[in-house]
Amino acid sequence: MNRQNLVVLLGGILFGFGLAYSGMTKQEIVLSFLQLKDLGLMFVMGGAALVTFFAINVVPRILKKPPFGDQFKPRKAAISRNVIIGAVIFGIGWGISGQCPGSAVASLGTGNYWVLIGLAAMFIGAYLRGLIGEK
Amino acid sequence: MFPLGIEPYLIGGIIVGIGVSLIYILTGLHATQSSFFTTTLSWFSKRRHFQKERNLQERSWRLFLAIGLVIGALLYTLTFSTTGFWTTSVQLWRLALGGLLVGFGTRLSEGCTSGHGISGLASLSTTSLSAVIVFMGVAILTANIVQLVGVLP
Repeated sequence: MNRQNLVVLLGGILFGFGLAYSGMTKQEIVLSFLQLKDLGLMFVMGGAALVTFFAINVVPRILKKPPFGDQFKPRKAAISRNVIIGAVIFGIGWGISGQCPGSAVASLGTGNYWVLIGLAAMFIGAYLRGLIGEK
Repeated sequence: MFPLGIEPYLIGGIIVGIGVSLIYILTGLHATQSSFFTTTLSWFSKRRHFQKERNLQERSWRLFLAIGLVIGALLYTLTFSTTGFWTTSVQLWRLALGGLLVGFGTRLSEGCTSGHGISGLASLSTTSLSAVIVFMGVAILTANIVQLVGVLP
């Protein structure tokens, strides 16, 4: 395993630990948020985005390049019809099942083996995306 | 509004942020999840969509990210969790249908709750902000309709 993959693995462990700590790995908790019964879940994305904001916006001013990478990659994407249509379809799926990609993968670690069905379906969905158009 | 308080959510979110930040600071990579499906499919499909240079470059570290997520959640379940291992009571048809739409939608939108929601918002991307507003709004609407027609939980 190279150093980059090791860092990603360690960061991923924190990521998964935090998702489980916050309850996002439980579809029932996500659904109770989406049903507006418990709004606490907005602090998960908010808290994570706030911490990451400093990493993305401050650190590249101090370091020229990351110790185990070529460059600090910007996350830039132009708005397009696909971004919005995709977000609508994702929202319907999230609202039906309480699963999103990261929380579904992490949910496996909590013993929730049924989510394998959701993950298999996500692979099929991603494959179908590949069938409808090359980009 | 907050029957369980906000602490577990906020603390969990901050831990997630530390993990994502650690990866960004040390490697320059955005630890986002939905691309994992596309890059992993590059091992199995010869289609040009999956064989793009970027997918081949990213597929190995994205696999490590996914393994990390599982290990992290497992560590939490073995230590701090008060409920231990569990399984969801959400119906399998919902996991399957929802998963299909999540997989297709996040790849069409090129981002999910972590891609648009964490990395995108943290990057002050207006594209991601638009995507977040749309998928949150649609998800809230959908979850309430599902509940309204009597499908629980």
